[in-house]
Amino acid sequence: MRVAESMNLLITNGRLLDPSQRIDARLDLLIENGVITGTGKKLKSSAPVLDAGGLTVVPGLIDLHTHLREPGQEHKETIATGTRAAVAGGYTAVCAMANTMPPNDERAVTEMIIAESARNGVCRVYPIGAVSKGLKGEELAELAELRAAGCVAVSDDGMPVANAQLMRRALEYCSMLRIPVIAHEEDRNLREGGVMHEGYWSTVLGMSGIPAASEETLVARDVILAGMTGAHLHVAHLSTKGAVESVRAARRAGVHVTAEATPHHIALGDDALQSFATNLKMNPPLRPDAHRQAVIEGLADGTIDVIATDHAPHHFDEKNVEFDLAPFGVIGLETAFSVCHDRLVRRHIIDLSRLIELMSCAPARIFGLPGGTLRAGSPGDVTLIDPTVRFQVTNTFHSKASNSPFIGQTLQGRVVATVVGGAVRHDLRAPVPLPSPKPPRKRKR
Amino acid sequence: MRQTTSSLKSKDLLGIEPLTPEEITLILDTAEGFKEVSERPVKKVPALRGQLVINLFMEASTRTRVSFEIAEKRLSADTLNFAASGSSVEKGETLIDTAENLMAMHPDMIVIRHKHPGAPKMLADRLPASIINAGDGAHEHPTQALLDAFTIRERLGRLHGVNVSIVGDIAHSRVVRSNIHLLTRMKANVTVAGPPTLIPAEIERLGVRVAHSLDEAIDGADVIMMLRIQLERQGKLTFPSLREYYNTFGLTPARLRRAKEGILVMHPGPMNRGVEIASDVADGPWSVILDQVTNGVAVRMAVLYLLGGAHAE
Repeated sequence: MRVAESMNLLITNGRLLDPSQRIDARLDLLIENGVITGTGKKLKSSAPVLDAGGLTVVPGLIDLHTHLREPGQEHKETIATGTRAAVAGGYTAVCAMANTMPPNDERAVTEMIIAESARNGVCRVYPIGAVSKGLKGEELAELAELRAAGCVAVSDDGMPVANAQLMRRALEYCSMLRIPVIAHEEDRNLREGGVMHEGYWSTVLGMSGIPAASEETLVARDVILAGMTGAHLHVAHLSTKGAVESVRAARRAGVHVTAEATPHHIALGDDALQSFATNLKMNPPLRPDAHRQAVIEGLADGTIDVIATDHAPHHFDEKNVEFDLAPFGVIGLETAFSVCHDRLVRRHIIDLSRLIELMSCAPARIFGLPGGTLRAGSPGDVTLIDPTVRFQVTNTFHSKASNSPFIGQTLQGRVVATVVGGAVRHDLRAPVPLPSPKPPRKRKR
Repeated sequence: MRQTTSSLKSKDLLGIEPLTPEEITLILDTAEGFKEVSERPVKKVPALRGQLVINLFMEASTRTRVSFEIAEKRLSADTLNFAASGSSVEKGETLIDTAENLMAMHPDMIVIRHKHPGAPKMLADRLPASIINAGDGAHEHPTQALLDAFTIRERLGRLHGVNVSIVGDIAHSRVVRSNIHLLTRMKANVTVAGPPTLIPAEIERLGVRVAHSLDEAIDGADVIMMLRIQLERQGKLTFPSLREYYNTFGLTPARLRRAKEGILVMHPGPMNRGVEIASDVADGPWSVILDQVTNGVAVRMAVLYLLGGAHAE
């Protein structure tokens, strides 16, 4: 994250909602030198004032599952554009997945991501390292060195660890490093060329199916391995009933397992694929209602800790092909809050406080990241939201990509402004001129 | 009273699924009229004169491609055949670019065969020409289902209440899906049969009965439709060997001894003799396989006429 402007800010006239302290009151919030120094009624300060104008002021959102694509696939997204998408969606920190090109399986790549984020990022970026060298699932990457370089977790996301012994060793090793192993749970043999959920709609549409069992068998395996090793397993993008049930049972048994779900698995079902729209293609795939409801129940009852986006940008050309040929993945940073607010809070399944817990407090807590709270001494990362406004999602994104399944939908609830380290990085009411990305540094000869 | 209709709602024929029973009946009735054209000494009517039809075949095909081309010629359309091999597709051109370039030359209709489901819909959503699906992956093959229905109706006089069993690789067959939509919509009774490895998930929800034995499929059937077993599936965990498949699901004269008198044996082709069907059956008195091919031309003439000719008048 670039550090430059004034890092002092007084946010007035807002409804302060901080689930981490159980605060829900009309209070001002003061940030000094990028750090929250206090909350209170009618705070006095010489700091610049950001008038919240009655908006809800919450701890900055944190995404545990973002694909920034840099290095290597800058035609899809860069750290500069991905972090701009993040702040536009209310995120003040994102965790960057390891499947870049080259993958983040060694210290040099981690350092590059951190350096580029400092130069051109506009929110905090926490790299996630690879579990195995080259994401090949054969031998462990140098996990301690990745951790030392700044990785906050490890994952072979997109390339699930098929070898149970490797998974076991990764969990054991990471328990020493005190970082979670994030698992993309999928048995690739069971998927076998599948492009959507295997069920009624794959049968009707004649497309190869990905059975729920491909996710459920691996979740079952990995919670057993987590129990055996005592390590922290974080299950990425849960999408099936059986997977939710496995996680629930493991938690009851005291296994250190946490889990996330994505906005698209909450909001959309596989019946939408009748359109053959490639922006509905992702992995895990959209599932039928019974699975979708099980995920929502998991979010409501605490089985699932976190909502994460799995923001997966792809170039227009890559998605403008036959469904079978399109890559998996959809973008999500800029719509996540609105989608979840519309589907969960507006429909009274959870309250706004629980949603902020799922999108900010819990992500910080389970990965041990700064933020996720408005407590004094925490980073000055704050998001301002309007829970009442209704708007239509348009095909204009800060992300380089536009592969969103939500274009055209009318949603209630929107991020209005985002403050990172005391600096306003996004404000719908008065667009913030963000520094233009700097070109790569020239190497001295 | 039976409802009638004189035109199709859509500019395209992407599948049977979107059609109403009235539209299906209209196509079959129109085909009856066109069947006679192919029996005349001069096998040509001027219905599509001046219209350009492009046959965009991105996947191998004999019957369907030839049948469409003959149907187009008998309707006096100008036709152009486009195959993926030898075209810019081999240079990496995308389907949409290929189609948009063809569209720039103002065809009235595009007949497309493609290995990926949804490809015809991609074109239909983007191009003003009428798009006719000539088979898209395992999704739909509407003209095949129409010619099958035409053949059944011609032989049995009706579709309502007819018991049709479809046997073989149900999972990977576009013919099955289009036939299920059509036959259930016309109130026929459909059974699908094959090993569980070749039956797709939740297919019962389409209103069909599932059987796992050939005898069960034959029992009470008025029509038995055998599907091609793709030889390359052998050993891909769907069935152990062609030999075992033939012994379990191959249609032989001995198996047909249990069948209803007058049962019709159908096959969309291409056949694997000695795999899903014995030659004695394929060439025997039950078989209407070549009638299907003959009727294919009439049915495709009807579809082309209703989408193109009827509007142009």
